[in-house]
Amino acid sequence: MKFNLKIWRQKNNKDKGGFKDYVLDGVSKDMSFLEMIDILNEQLTEKNEDPVHFDHDCREGICGSCSMYINGRPHGPLREVATCQLHMRSFSDGETIVIEPFRSKGFPVIKDLAVDRGAFDRIIQAGGYISVNTGGTPDANEIPISKTVADEAFNSATCIACGACVAACKNSSAMLFVGAKISQLALLPQGKVERKERAQKMVAQMDAEGFGACTNTGACSIECPKGITFSNIARMNREYLSAEVTSEK
Amino acid sequence: MFYKSSKCNFEAFNLNPINLNKNMSWLADTLTSSIGRKLIMSLTGLFLIVFLVVHLSGNFQLLANDGGESFNAYTKFMTTNPLIATISYGLYFFILLHIIMSIVLYRRNRSARPITYKKYDGSANSSWASRNMGILGTVILIFLVIHLRNFWYEMKFGSLPLDEFGNKDLYLIVSQAFSDVWYVALYVVCMIGLAFHLSHGFASAFASLGVSHNKYTPFIKKFGIAFAIIIPLGFAAIPVIMFINSLG
Repeated sequence: MKFNLKIWRQKNNKDKGGFKDYVLDGVSKDMSFLEMIDILNEQLTEKNEDPVHFDHDCREGICGSCSMYINGRPHGPLREVATCQLHMRSFSDGETIVIEPFRSKGFPVIKDLAVDRGAFDRIIQAGGYISVNTGGTPDANEIPISKTVADEAFNSATCIACGACVAACKNSSAMLFVGAKISQLALLPQGKVERKERAQKMVAQMDAEGFGACTNTGACSIECPKGITFSNIARMNREYLSAEVTSEK
Repeated sequence: MFYKSSKCNFEAFNLNPINLNKNMSWLADTLTSSIGRKLIMSLTGLFLIVFLVVHLSGNFQLLANDGGESFNAYTKFMTTNPLIATISYGLYFFILLHIIMSIVLYRRNRSARPITYKKYDGSANSSWASRNMGILGTVILIFLVIHLRNFWYEMKFGSLPLDEFGNKDLYLIVSQAFSDVWYVALYVVCMIGLAFHLSHGFASAFASLGVSHNKYTPFIKKFGIAFAIIIPLGFAAIPVIMFINSLG
């Protein structure tokens, strides 16, 4: 297959950056999107040009590293798929593919398509944890949790923090990510102890990182490679507002 | 500092200086957070939704076919009753708050993405109305200014002729306006804008409040769509019917 690639090139965070056109021929339809970029990079390296920088790690859809904004959508055209699991057969031969970094004030560009998603780490550091005493291992079924609640908490916990929600949102809002991280703990007994403080601190950090506010378009949930449900945002609103009203400080 | 090292003892007596300084500032913090601003949009929006129902039920008296008797009596009641007058100040305030907060949020959200995408496929993941609430809101605002100038201002501050019962004859002004095809067309177009605004805004307001439930959310969404069709349709039908009546 042959593709016309329009790729965002930016030397560093200070550089203005711009699009550069590449023509790539001989691409197999069974290649993943990242493998296609690998081929391009090999060719660029042979020509002594700077290869396209992009984030990747596991390449099996669970680490959340890959982060490209492909033809107007994060992780490309498929539902519940990360860029590494997107294959070239999803595109038509001769197609022009526009590849941009995830765009957000909270995700500064490091180089080309690689962005700094450290804002997500700082949000987790603000409250996305439970404080437990170390000691003997508790029995697996000591604390009863209903299957429905366990499943819901698990759905929230499958968030891989890739940032597609931020990239998809017209407001560059991180509320699906924060909602999922608040939900996965708020739903379970172990997380209930710190739930108020957690919601307050994580939302405050989210705002401090410069992400936008939610308009409930639902784009985040549609584009999420893990299918994190939109109800996580409503739960976060509930957790945050009730924490603000009922907390001691 | 001392009370930091023995934090737990002092927190129990609320002696932490940070706490003493806070008092009510938590409320300001809450309402200026991203979620707090959404809450304000949601609550003011829901108030305006209730207002639409009241306004439409009053408007239907324009179709009473009694030469405006019941409509003029109703408008007199609405402008002179002290309870209604008090609520109307709340209404003006909530309309302004809804607009101001939308501008604050718009600016914040714009600044959250300093460099925009070259290619953006919004229709792949969201409804057109949900992405264009600002434009739809502006259409409603323009309509509101024209509407208030023509009817509300005339009723409050204009010198209207009196009808045979001694009430200000607002019906006359309204029926004159609705005999102008361009005015009716403007009215209908703006109601289409309102319909799209409501089609997203109704359910969105509940989501911002934190309402999400397997049983109720699907109903809220369906009810919101029905509301977004029926209410603007009712508002638009009245000028259209009055225009047709004015012809014959």
